[in-house]
Amino acid sequence: MSAKILIVAEHDGQKLNLSTAKCVACARTLAGAEIAIVVCAVDAAAVAAQAAQLAGVTRVITIENPANAHALAAVLAPQIVAVAGPYTHLFGPSTTFGKDLMARIAGLLEAPQISDLMAIESATRFRRPIFAGNAILTVESAADAKLVATVRMASFEAAGGGGAAAIEKANVAVTLPTHTRFVSVSAAKNDRPDLATAAKVISGGRALGSAEGFKILYSLAAKLNAAVGASRAAVDAGYAPNEMQVGQTGKIIAPELYVAVGISGAIQHLTGIKDARTIVAINKDGEAPIFEVADFGLVGDLFQVIPEIERLL
Amino acid sequence: MKRILVGIKRVVDYNVRIRVRPDNTGVVTDGVKMSVNPFDEIALEEALRIKERGGAEEVIVATIGPADTQQQLRTALAMGADRALHVQADGVIEPLVAARALLKLIEKEQPLLVILGKQAIDDDNGQTGQVLAALWNRPQATYASKLELTDSTARVTREVDAGLETLEVDLPAVITTDLRLNEPRYVKLPDIMKAKKKPLETLTLAALGVEQRQQLKLARFEPPPQRQKGIRVKDAAELVEALKKKGLL
Repeated sequence: MSAKILIVAEHDGQKLNLSTAKCVACARTLAGAEIAIVVCAVDAAAVAAQAAQLAGVTRVITIENPANAHALAAVLAPQIVAVAGPYTHLFGPSTTFGKDLMARIAGLLEAPQISDLMAIESATRFRRPIFAGNAILTVESAADAKLVATVRMASFEAAGGGGAAAIEKANVAVTLPTHTRFVSVSAAKNDRPDLATAAKVISGGRALGSAEGFKILYSLAAKLNAAVGASRAAVDAGYAPNEMQVGQTGKIIAPELYVAVGISGAIQHLTGIKDARTIVAINKDGEAPIFEVADFGLVGDLFQVIPEIERLL
Repeated sequence: MKRILVGIKRVVDYNVRIRVRPDNTGVVTDGVKMSVNPFDEIALEEALRIKERGGAEEVIVATIGPADTQQQLRTALAMGADRALHVQADGVIEPLVAARALLKLIEKEQPLLVILGKQAIDDDNGQTGQVLAALWNRPQATYASKLELTDSTARVTREVDAGLETLEVDLPAVITTDLRLNEPRYVKLPDIMKAKKKPLETLTLAALGVEQRQQLKLARFEPPPQRQKGIRVKDAAELVEALKKKGLL
């Protein structure tokens, strides 16, 4: 039986999230798999058109419903299950959207889920990190059962465009729950790239000293077109909002360039950055564990070094 | 009675340096410190605070695992839980089995709220809460950083990638906790003594009518690849130069 993979699209109603292209890239590593994307939205046209262009995708299924205005797992899951019949694998991104939703889908299907899928070895053999990335587990599933997975974002480069998949509208007649209601979302708006997918990230630790201290990072980031992250210590101290947290309990990222400024390098932070292509550490303590993983280490006072780097660019 | 059910899991303590066994069949757990999963401690703390505010009358902790797991139940009782349920089982408990067992306990105890950690720090699956909510056909609010209760609803602020999202859910519901929901209290010695007298009921999966089925085979454990140690640069100029050479600036 050849694999048929259904990917659940993450989007904001207008724009497809890059996480979906990463799921497609993951699915493409399974040779011969047929790949489809399902878009749940109020009006799916714009997002479906973007999904149809992803290389390797043969089909885009749209499910339109006014109840899909916000991505509520309890509302989306039964709709996706309604179209999941022909598929052997259901993938979603290992983002808060996908982690929340895919396990609910797995529950409805009573199917097993592989969380944080990092490599596909065959249709039934996969690799994933456990113990915060301190061990890698190879998992085998049964060939005759549906499998759900969340795809680890740091392990895949986004699939390219150039595709032309057929877009089909699915009529899904399931009763949707009303027990879960969206109230609001608050996000710190800024012009910087998205931390989860940025090519360059500059992160600050407690050594920045204050929210004010982070300004030198924002200034350098603007010049480099980089996203700004923070260590858990900096977030807990109130220097940066929690959506900026990088690490095991925050975002796990894999940028081309990661600059850790005034971050000592607690294990939980290193877990979040170990797939970065190049790591730079700037810290006044030459013994800090961050230097163990850094490709380039600079021992110095960050309040002098950062403005100087900015001047040199 | 207004009850809150809290799920807890016994895991390798978060301070332990994880080592993969040389035969690749698991990680080293002999003589290793075990603890309550940190996210579950947060779940219990939140339940206790709700009870202390008068929002619930009883906090029940439940776990599924081998006999040793009772140590963690005693810790939970010492923190302030009123009673404990131990579903005894050896071997791998997948999220679906855990959720089915919890659902049986829910049917028995009729809680208004079930609070679980967002994930266990050993297998990092992060599924049980959502699977349970699906099987129970009730709301889920994952990654909670703030929880406010009324008689029939919960208003939950969730830590999502975009920032903070607030949902309103009808009760009963499943909540899973994120780090910033609260800071769990420390257990005091007299409480440990008192906890020894609190009720701890032992059950089995079979008695609950739940089959311990394993759908995924854990084929091989390996240590992660190590990063090569890099070089030291002496100043900002040398750093900028090196990064330009690599095409990163």
